[in-house]
Amino acid sequence: MPVRDTGGLKLWQRRTQRESLMHWVLWLIGIAIFAYCWQQISEATTWFFVWDAPRITQDIWTRATPPKWEYITQLGKPIWDTLNIATLGTIISLILAVPVAFLAARNTTPSALFIRPIALLIIVSTRSINSLIWALLLIAIIGPGVFAGVVAIAIRSIGFCAKLLYEAIEEIDTTQVEAITATGASRWQVMAYGIVPQIMPAFAGIAVFRWDINIRESTVLGLVGAGGIGLQLSSSLNVLAWPQVSLILLVILAAVVISEWVSAKVRAAII
Amino acid sequence: MSAADGSAPLIGKRWKKPPFVQRTWLRWLLILGFGAYLVAAFMTIDVNWSRVYEGLERGKQFVLAFTNPDFTSRSSDIWEGMVESIVMTITSSVVGIAISIPIALGAARNVAPLPIYLICRGIIAISRALQEIIVAILLVAIFGFGPLAGFFTLSFATIGFLSKLLAEDIESMDKVQAEAIKASGAKWTQWINYGVQPQVMPRLIGLSMYRIDINFRESAILGLVGAGGIGATLNTAFDRYEYDTAAAILITIIVIVMALEYLSGIIRARVQ
Amino acid sequence: MLRLEKLVKTYKTGDQALKAVDLEIPEGQVLALIGPSGAGKSTLIRCINRLVEPTSGKVYLGQTELTGLSSGALRKERRRMGMIFQEYALVERLTVMENVLSGRLGYVGFWRSFLRKYPQSDIDEAFRLLDRVGLAHMADKRADELSGGQRQRVGICRALIQDPALLLVDEPTASLDPKTSRQIMRLICELCRERGLAAIINIHDVALAQMFVQRVIGLRFGAMVYDGPPDGLTPEQLTEIYGEEDWEATIEAVDEDDDIEAAE
Repeated sequence: MPVRDTGGLKLWQRRTQRESLMHWVLWLIGIAIFAYCWQQISEATTWFFVWDAPRITQDIWTRATPPKWEYITQLGKPIWDTLNIATLGTIISLILAVPVAFLAARNTTPSALFIRPIALLIIVSTRSINSLIWALLLIAIIGPGVFAGVVAIAIRSIGFCAKLLYEAIEEIDTTQVEAITATGASRWQVMAYGIVPQIMPAFAGIAVFRWDINIRESTVLGLVGAGGIGLQLSSSLNVLAWPQVSLILLVILAAVVISEWVSAKVRAAII
Repeated sequence: MSAADGSAPLIGKRWKKPPFVQRTWLRWLLILGFGAYLVAAFMTIDVNWSRVYEGLERGKQFVLAFTNPDFTSRSSDIWEGMVESIVMTITSSVVGIAISIPIALGAARNVAPLPIYLICRGIIAISRALQEIIVAILLVAIFGFGPLAGFFTLSFATIGFLSKLLAEDIESMDKVQAEAIKASGAKWTQWINYGVQPQVMPRLIGLSMYRIDINFRESAILGLVGAGGIGATLNTAFDRYEYDTAAAILITIIVIVMALEYLSGIIRARVQ
Repeated sequence: MLRLEKLVKTYKTGDQALKAVDLEIPEGQVLALIGPSGAGKSTLIRCINRLVEPTSGKVYLGQTELTGLSSGALRKERRRMGMIFQEYALVERLTVMENVLSGRLGYVGFWRSFLRKYPQSDIDEAFRLLDRVGLAHMADKRADELSGGQRQRVGICRALIQDPALLLVDEPTASLDPKTSRQIMRLICELCRERGLAAIINIHDVALAQMFVQRVIGLRFGAMVYDGPPDGLTPEQLTEIYGEEDWEATIEAVDEDDDIEAAE
């Protein structure tokens, strides 16, 4: 009780004594954990370099400006590859995500006991591993190149797209489905007429949204050797060609801004 | 199709589903353009099929490695990497969330004056446009190898993510409640504390939990560029084709992510 | 034509929505089903085409027993029962024409329906029906652009294009204004007469029911309490169906019914 009665005087407090004690203890534990973590980082850091950071920043800045503009002629193919990795990866992942989503949604899954957990496992495992790690893995398996990048993006996006899509499937209006069922339609026809039209806007939105994210991710896949503009970034960094690095970063920034603009436009047109 | 002219001509009339894009030339342009793009894109991916075929064997080994992950032979590396990832996640989330709250207030048009609004929106835009891994590369070059660079990277990314979503929430809050507090003669800080904070708190907690989840996942790759965490160990495992160790690391990551999602589900359910 | 034998439906929550209902409907008879909310009207209709699976009892359509059918055979029989819904239940993102043609889904194969390549005879019939209800010029409009009354007309076309022998009509006027309600009821009854269809119409507006149908069934707490001509509905009979002093029980029943529907 927040109101305490002390000799006829009613004292109002936000929390009871017990609650406020708990509160303080929790804060104390939190601060202790943070302090411990910070100490861990501190131990692993060479502070000499950190104090030197302003000078190094200055140094990098002077070396990186102005960007080497003529280098852009060599970036055409990498940019094209980056676009392809994102687009093809998104298309493949959507093709794979649709069945997974239908298997994972409570109202369409053929078996809530066996198949749904498997679909959810696919969603969780593809989602929790970053596309760079998928790329690393695929490069080890099928060798470096654009193809590994496409597959990495595709796998990483399955979980994301399937999760959003199955949530959309679970939210559909069931009376429309009921009406189609009542006409004597088969299972597949009910899906095509009752469910698919209802989730189309969500599907289009998810596709464009993920494409936008994939453009960002595919710009850096080259760092581990999976093709695209990241390859140039990585090789320029290796030879410390800072003017090239700054140009590539500008190009990546432009790509991110453009893709975000495109996806916003397309989404506005669809919905 | 214009067909209101009596019933007789209706019989035998053809019907086709009206196309999604009404203008015929635009429709064909889009279809052909997209088809041409797909063909061109596939042509430029030179897949070395024999390499892929050879890789299938390694792929099979990797999948099998998941049934028999090796946690033991590199257990100290895995342990240290995981601890470093978690440490980076915790510190960067705390600092990032703490910084992003004032920035979110500044980036909400209904709370902040225009100059501050523009500055805060600028910070958010920069943070969102730069990806974690690129920021990490630059920070590693500046601060040297180690988790400090990773910590800064994740904090910076957290600010862009959290401030933007929180600012949007503040902008869409219920005006009446906030005005009622203002009408009682509260100071700006009191107004924020009593009128704004209670409304956005559940969302802030939900978003923070989500961001902690993202920070952990991202911390797993920062090691690839030397910014600390489990990524370095994972990279080594792949380089040496030690799939069983790699599988062990990936399983650990998945389990931790699942645990975090479960935890955030509970916490979100409690605050909302 | 349609015969129900001791039809029982008990929901998982333990609510008995139907208590051993016996009913026989001859060819071409239009019948109104009245009763308070939660009396089991919706459940009864849905048990006939097995959108809701009855717990026990039998349903015969002509000579066929619907209650024992496999899902494939049930689909074939569902074609003979057109259904019209309270909230229209059109697929809102499809066009009017697609919604009407969806009534033919039980007759065409999957790929034909998927590619919208319906036989010309179906398209002719769809245009004829749309013209009959005065919506032929709306064929390519999307369903969510239509008004309530127009949507319900499309719903009627969808049910009729199935070429049914029986119409199951669930509160066709509940979401409509009084004038449109009358028009829709008149339309349904006219169409039934034209085509010699039997129909079961769930309706809560007793006056409207009396105006159009030949026979009224009163349902209360899942049991039949009235079966007779519309002019036999005396105030005493209505009291028995709706329970004049018993409003609280009715309100409770509504809540339960909603819960059940939400749970499904």
